[in-house]
Amino acid sequence: MRFYEYESKALFAKHGLPLGTRQVVNSAAEARAAAEAIGGPTVIKGQVLSGGRMKAGAVKFADTPDEAAAEFEAVLPVIVNGESARSILIEEKSPIAHEYFVSVTWDGRRKLPVVLFSDMGGIDIEEVAETHPEHLSRTHFSTILPLSERVAKEAIGAVGVTGSDLNKLVPIVYKLIQLFLEYDLTLAEINPLAKLDDGRFIVLDGHLDMEAEARGDHKALLAELGIGDDETRQARPPTEFEIAGARVNAVDHRGVAGNVVEFDGNLGLIIGAGGGSLTLFDAVRKQGGKPANYCEIGGNPSMSKVKNLTKLILSKPGVDKIAVMMNVVSNTRVDIVARGVIKGCIEAGKDPAEVIAIFRIPGAWEDEGFKILAKHGVEYCDRSVSMYEAAGRACAKMGSN
Amino acid sequence: MPGMFIDVEVDAKVAADAELTKKLVEVCTVSIFAAKDDGTLDIVEDNLDECVLCDLCIQAAPKGTVRVKKLYE
Amino acid sequence: MSILITAQTTFIVQGITGREAVNLTRENLDYGAKIIGGVTPGRAGRDVYGVPVYDCVRDIVKAHGQPEGAIVSVPPRFTKDAVFEAIENGIKTIVIVTENIPRGQVAQMVELANLRGARIIGPNCLGIISPDEAKMGGVGGPAANTRQAYTKGPIGVMSRSGGMTTEIASTLTAAGLGQSTCVSIGGDAIIGTSYAELMPFFEADDETKAIAIYSEPGGRMEAELAEWVKENNSRLPIVAFMAGRFMDEMKGMRFGHAGTIVEGKEDTTAEKIERMEAAGIAVAERIEEIPGLIRSALSSKGIEV
Ligand code: SF4
Repeated sequence: MRFYEYESKALFAKHGLPLGTRQVVNSAAEARAAAEAIGGPTVIKGQVLSGGRMKAGAVKFADTPDEAAAEFEAVLPVIVNGESARSILIEEKSPIAHEYFVSVTWDGRRKLPVVLFSDMGGIDIEEVAETHPEHLSRTHFSTILPLSERVAKEAIGAVGVTGSDLNKLVPIVYKLIQLFLEYDLTLAEINPLAKLDDGRFIVLDGHLDMEAEARGDHKALLAELGIGDDETRQARPPTEFEIAGARVNAVDHRGVAGNVVEFDGNLGLIIGAGGGSLTLFDAVRKQGGKPANYCEIGGNPSMSKVKNLTKLILSKPGVDKIAVMMNVVSNTRVDIVARGVIKGCIEAGKDPAEVIAIFRIPGAWEDEGFKILAKHGVEYCDRSVSMYEAAGRACAKMGSN
Repeated sequence: MPGMFIDVEVDAKVAADAELTKKLVEVCTVSIFAAKDDGTLDIVEDNLDECVLCDLCIQAAPKGTVRVKKLYE
Repeated sequence: MSILITAQTTFIVQGITGREAVNLTRENLDYGAKIIGGVTPGRAGRDVYGVPVYDCVRDIVKAHGQPEGAIVSVPPRFTKDAVFEAIENGIKTIVIVTENIPRGQVAQMVELANLRGARIIGPNCLGIISPDEAKMGGVGGPAANTRQAYTKGPIGVMSRSGGMTTEIASTLTAAGLGQSTCVSIGGDAIIGTSYAELMPFFEADDETKAIAIYSEPGGRMEAELAEWVKENNSRLPIVAFMAGRFMDEMKGMRFGHAGTIVEGKEDTTAEKIERMEAAGIAVAERIEEIPGLIRSALSSKGIEV
């Protein structure tokens, strides 16, 4: 779960990392007042979650309060990767002598956290890694042995930084590491970390990502930052359809029928489980099908959960049919899912035989499930029909291959 | 709404018995049985289609007094 | 033979009185597993399908001797403690079923396991099955369903998806290819044992003649496998199935497991497929192609299965 820049900086400030004077503003008047208070050149930055905002024109500079007000108006409407700014951050602009990069993240291969440090900050770090590998250090550290500042010192020293710069950087990097661990972050990054003309170091821009699974453990912090439970903070904000899908899944604790993602096709998908959904979504697209949604069912969901998910998907404008497909199931029950989708169709005022393009869920209790499907005239198949073939049958019924 | 796939029938004798009612409420994991204020049995129609066909209710009552019917057969 | 678990392997179930754990205890016992005890703090003295319940692992070791393995099926908040307890009580193979554990905690478990010479499978996995011998975890479900999908034979299976482990086994079985051992390795960003870390076990197992894997976007595990294959001149042909190809176009969105998020170029399926193919790993477009690809890879080595 990604944090906006202003939220990241609030957390940095709370932990004593050095920052410039700054303020979140929501009108040109506020921007002018903030610039006056800062008293000098300022940076005006649109608050978006996606990268590339500089290129998109969501970062501007101003020398005077009037200019700041004007740039506020210029930055506010800028769309970055389909995302409009949540608010605008205005911050003092100081003369920079040098820019560094520091990031703490997980290395899934080594299964350890790693500090990445570079004395070539401000630019794309993947480019530095490719063209100047000696300017990027990777320092792994233990999650069970005592943590100390030497990890920061080694990370910084490894790219050749020494002298008083090294000593000033160590506490900054060390604090970032502590923050990373304390809040279950998956990424804690400062880029650029600037050395100013007067020798001070400050955080110019930062990026924090919290592990979704850990949100429950950090409720106080999230409340402090004003982040609501329903903010998913994916690459784009959830649509109403997706929010409704999350509600369906939250109704009871039996199994999963959710993780709904909206697409704009005509074939509704009730698919599962995790890996099966990925496999089936590919199979539908490969055979010319146009999915109306992605979702995951699994873990033996209740009949009513499946029913409500079915109704939700059928209520989506443009959905002509649904395909109900999973990998061979051993925990989820075929008959319960069959009951749920059929009942969902009927309650949505549709004929299951007409609207269910295919039902392919083999496995636990399949005999009972198939009886129910046969009774309602729904086309179904067992494991002798592959996931790919089943998806193909659904696509064929849509007239799309 | 009554069940579309499942119906559960309980003999009147059993339904009137507070002890057996308590047992039925206990064994059913999908809350198809409930006790009325007077301790007699209530069948929660909304939950009928959640029945997992575990037969625990059938085993909990005297033979033949509780019947779980599959309406799709 | 098989890897990690045989009919003789003794193990325990931590969190044995939980709903999921009760089910998998029953299913594993029905499949022939030797479960010598279970743990739920405060529930000592009970039993679950005849398996005695204790307050802590130490008490099982005292009463029944050293178990080789443990299934951990406790809520996410208690998982780290349960795994530490298993490791510190000498257990060497730990299957973590629980999902939604923050990766920082998983990293701690893995570090301690490495320190003590223990091996973690998972988290967020369905465990291990050596068909016709035993299983450890929910893989395959009830014994009857398990026997329908899994049969004994020469193919090792590794999968980041629990459900797809069974889909692949079922497809192999239908094609007359049984399995030596199938491991649901887990769907999280950090897991105890990756494909490459399991390869030496399969390599050393005479029964295993080829490997099938299920993979997904996200992470570097496929690249690690490709490197391992190149460096170790493996005798085992590998066929991979790659799901989630559509995610390449959807950077930053999370679908499926916690581990499947495309952040950089290396996380994409296109990049993974390229690396695996360069290492001689055949990549199937559909699950049903796996048996044919395995047979042709083996017959080019003069092995018929
Ligand atoms: S069979 Fe099981 S689920 Fe169905 S009513 Fe009886 S106790 Fe409830």
